[in-house]
Amino acid sequence: MSEKASFRSNGGVRGWYGRQPAWVQWIVIAIALVLAFLLPYAGDIPLIGPQIVTEGIDWPSALFNMSYYVLLALGLNVVVGYAGLLDLGYVGFFAVGAYGTALLTSPDSVLYADTGWKWLMAVPVALALTMVAGLILGWPTLRLRGDYLAIVTLGFAEIIRIFATSTTTLRGDRGFASIPHPPGTWNGEPIFGVTDAVPYFWLGLVVIILVILGVRNLDRSRVGRSWLAIREDEEAAEIMGVRTIKYKLWAFAIGAFIGGLGGVLFAGEQGFINSQTFVLQFSILVLAGVVMGGSGNMAGAILGGALISYIPDRLRGISLGDTDLYEYRFALFGLVIIIIMVLRPQGLIPSRRRAMELKDREKEVAPQ
Amino acid sequence: MDFSGLIDNFGPLTVTGLAQGAIIALFALGYTLVYGVLRLINFAHSEVFLMGTYACLIVWGFFGLDQNSAAPSVGGMLLYLVIGLVVAIIASGVTALAVEVVAYRPLRRRNAPPLAFLITAIGASLFISELTGVLTHRNQRGVPPIIQAKPLFTIGDTTVTNLQLLIIVLALVMMFVLDRFINGSRLGRGIRAVSQNPDSAALMGVNKSRVIALVFLLGGLMAGIAAVMYDLKIGVTRYDAGFLLGIDAFAAAVLGGIGNLRGALLGGLLLGVLQNYAAGLFGSQWLHAASFVLLVVILLFRPTGLLGESLGRARA
Repeated sequence: MSEKASFRSNGGVRGWYGRQPAWVQWIVIAIALVLAFLLPYAGDIPLIGPQIVTEGIDWPSALFNMSYYVLLALGLNVVVGYAGLLDLGYVGFFAVGAYGTALLTSPDSVLYADTGWKWLMAVPVALALTMVAGLILGWPTLRLRGDYLAIVTLGFAEIIRIFATSTTTLRGDRGFASIPHPPGTWNGEPIFGVTDAVPYFWLGLVVIILVILGVRNLDRSRVGRSWLAIREDEEAAEIMGVRTIKYKLWAFAIGAFIGGLGGVLFAGEQGFINSQTFVLQFSILVLAGVVMGGSGNMAGAILGGALISYIPDRLRGISLGDTDLYEYRFALFGLVIIIIMVLRPQGLIPSRRRAMELKDREKEVAPQ
Repeated sequence: MDFSGLIDNFGPLTVTGLAQGAIIALFALGYTLVYGVLRLINFAHSEVFLMGTYACLIVWGFFGLDQNSAAPSVGGMLLYLVIGLVVAIIASGVTALAVEVVAYRPLRRRNAPPLAFLITAIGASLFISELTGVLTHRNQRGVPPIIQAKPLFTIGDTTVTNLQLLIIVLALVMMFVLDRFINGSRLGRGIRAVSQNPDSAALMGVNKSRVIALVFLLGGLMAGIAAVMYDLKIGVTRYDAGFLLGIDAFAAAVLGGIGNLRGALLGGLLLGVLQNYAAGLFGSQWLHAASFVLLVVILLFRPTGLLGESLGRARA
């Protein structure tokens, strides 16, 4: 476990954490979890609280937005960060998850007479659908390398969006209304109502934690080691007996599954989706989040995913002179992306393993 | 499926497609040039094009022309066209260089991983297009009727307008000039050297930074011409015009073999024509879906595009 040893010898927060005994590590995790669940009440902290919370949008809603962005970033991190497959059309899977839910549950759906299911019943079917979509996209395209894969995935997302816009079954702009919320009652009141977004955020958080655990275990298994090998050198991996197509398909299917989870949650909270929700800029934004946070590192993906949702939401409602900064949110966001990447090319929280590879590569390059 | 529609309009669809494809091809050159040298997708190239579409509109505005003005005389038309082209070329070229200096050069110095370049380019693209969106209130802007599309000649039942002919001829001429420049001039030899092997080229005395800047500039110039042609053909521009056509142009570059100049021309023309056939067959909303399905099918059989990647090959 030389990798773990190098973690310990390093300075910084992660170095400190790595050196602590197991019980301290568990306490740190527990505190972090409690704090995460208490985030909706961050506005009550004196002094800094009001600076953190968003002004133009209800804070729990902003937190829920962050939670599905984080989910998407985690899923894309599997595809881009672990397996090294550049996917520019990740929003396609998000859309399949959301539309799968909508088709099975919304009264606007053509299937409603036959299905008309509750949200929870639709979840597994919608998720199976996204995994199938991942396989359908992956099967013909995974033989392509790098940038060719990027354009094909981008095309996949466009095709899904065009389908959603142009076919009558998927209703285009009119979209699907009255998608049921998640189930459950508390004191006779439904937990997942219309006004309070806090339960949705908690639900999102639980899903995120489960995804983190699952992906972490996968990363440390045979599958994760195969991804690493494929990312570093596909030919070498193939020669050493890694079945590259199989594991790349796994990465796609798992990435699609997580993206679909985001879509299912999104549909359950919003209650309404239409083709305008799934523009291509969305997946590019998530990719920016993953790389900005630190590609190949889950903590980085979480931070990046949260930032791409938080920065624009935080800018809402702030006015400078007589213009609302919200108008400029994406322009400013573009600037922020450039600045972060120029200052920290490996991302905000770089993957240690990747940082070492980078150092290695520097030695190979001739002086400029 | 409307087969009779496709067969009845085969000629007009082809000509429209060729004109559209010529614009796409000029636009695609920027992707292909940068990719050939840096092995990177210049995501901000769509905004290089966007700046061109607005720059010529603004300068025509200085002459008091807007979408409602009367068509100018022949002399005025030529004058405005040349002025528009020059201004658009300058605007696009400057934007391309600015993107290089702001988003690419600092990362190259720090020896950043390839994905980082993609993300700064996305950041630059977001910044430029969104700023344009805010400043234009996300409205579209009409183009003055510099060239009135008039039927020029007819082959069978196909009428070719002066504008379509101008676009196709201009694209072919520019392609030829660029091809000669890359394959025939001293600077072009530098570009080919860097794209074959950057480190050896640097050791042989080629100024790598200057070659890279030159490549961005060339892509910008071509995008500027494409931008004016786009304005004249479509008649309106909008803050997201670059992004939408950029996807087509990128697909065209990949279709022909990214990094290959002639591939970009072939890919652009092919994509333009086939998109129009698909629109005739399935309806215009399926135009982009069809082009992507086509792209996937072709990449399955020729994984590096129709002509392969080869900016650096001795005989490109």
